[in-house]
Amino acid sequence: MAAPVKVYGPPLSTAVSRVLACLLEKDVEFQLVPVNMAKGEHKKPDYLKIQPFGQVPAFQDESITIFESRAICRYICEKHADKGNKSLYSTNPLVKASIEQWLEAEGQSYNPPSSTLVFQLAFAPRVNIKQDEAQIKLNDQKLSKVLDIYDQRLESSRFLAGDEFTLADLSHLPNTHYLVTVGNRGEAFSSRKNVDRWWNEISSRDSWKKVVEMQKSK
Amino acid sequence: MVMKVYGAVLSTAVQRVLAALYEKDLEFELVPVDMRAGEHKQEHFLALNPFGQVPAFEDGDLQLFESRAITQYIAFAYKDKGTPLLCEGKPMATVSVWMEVEAHQFDTAASKLQWELMFKSIFGMATDAAVVEENEAKLSKVLDVYEARLSQSKYMGGDCFTLADLHHLPVLTNLMGTTVKKLFDARPKVSAWAADIMARPAWAKVLAMKNQQ
Repeated sequence: MAAPVKVYGPPLSTAVSRVLACLLEKDVEFQLVPVNMAKGEHKKPDYLKIQPFGQVPAFQDESITIFESRAICRYICEKHADKGNKSLYSTNPLVKASIEQWLEAEGQSYNPPSSTLVFQLAFAPRVNIKQDEAQIKLNDQKLSKVLDIYDQRLESSRFLAGDEFTLADLSHLPNTHYLVTVGNRGEAFSSRKNVDRWWNEISSRDSWKKVVEMQKSK
Repeated sequence: MVMKVYGAVLSTAVQRVLAALYEKDLEFELVPVDMRAGEHKQEHFLALNPFGQVPAFEDGDLQLFESRAITQYIAFAYKDKGTPLLCEGKPMATVSVWMEVEAHQFDTAASKLQWELMFKSIFGMATDAAVVEENEAKLSKVLDVYEARLSQSKYMGGDCFTLADLHHLPVLTNLMGTTVKKLFDARPKVSAWAADIMARPAWAKVLAMKNQQ
């Protein structure tokens, strides 16, 4: 039996939690390896060997070491196509294309404004960094435009890529969770009928609830 | 039925898709979208890409947007045609990593520099020196990682040219026409890799299309 895969980084990190959600959906055993970011462990030579950009997460599976949360998720889904949630990703070119489209949309259009807001609203206050009001306003506006597009898409589709919950939806969980809780941006989601339905559905998945529990205990 | 790419050749995202199509020797039709006239924000285009951005793409009944999703579709669905742009099995994981690096680490800083140093002057706008300085510093750090990577690997994703390299071509080419070229020239492995991928015949075809505009 294969050794559990290793995920390096704290569950509180949005990118780390993206990978954890995927592992839980796929029923893949993992070991969480702590990285003490407060002490700058992620910028030290030993860590830079596995993640040259000095960011979390990093990931090891037998002889392979990879990084970038979305690449890690794709790897997990492709290697374990027959485990756990089988419709999370696909090898069928047409289904895969739609999932990739919305995964790219998340990475290129949703992630920039949402991660800026998460930093400004959730993390900056904790580390005594002054919030940038202009950045908050600008990114609230950008996020609003993206959510309008999502609301329209989700009018005719249960999930972003189609009828099934996929990696494309999962990828949104980490930032959105912080936005609607600590970030006080719940209304942006609840005021849009289809986005509200979608967020409620994806955030109540067992896998995500487990990740939230892991975030609370670290 | 021929594949369709909707967009303007000047767009780096459109060029990304064209590069993949030429590498694969696939026939396609470029359907122009008049961005100066705001065509990309009109109903008929929003039906193809609700984000109002180019490119949009059609292959039979399949409609797609996001250039990197389109290139991945092309590479995967037509893996037996033309240049292989992806790998099978374990090596694919590494290609995937460096595709994400291009999308999140390289492109963020590189696009801002391209905007400040190239597009702004085309549109008659003033360059913001502070933004240039900030993003040159960011790009420098990324290129340091690239230099180390390319000292261990011929191409970004491994031994072969893949989408992990191709995705860089449009913005990389633009930056080479600006003062940012110095950042690439200063790093021997990066410089050699850049020269190698920009010299590919498929890329020359995209540049020829660009020059016809």
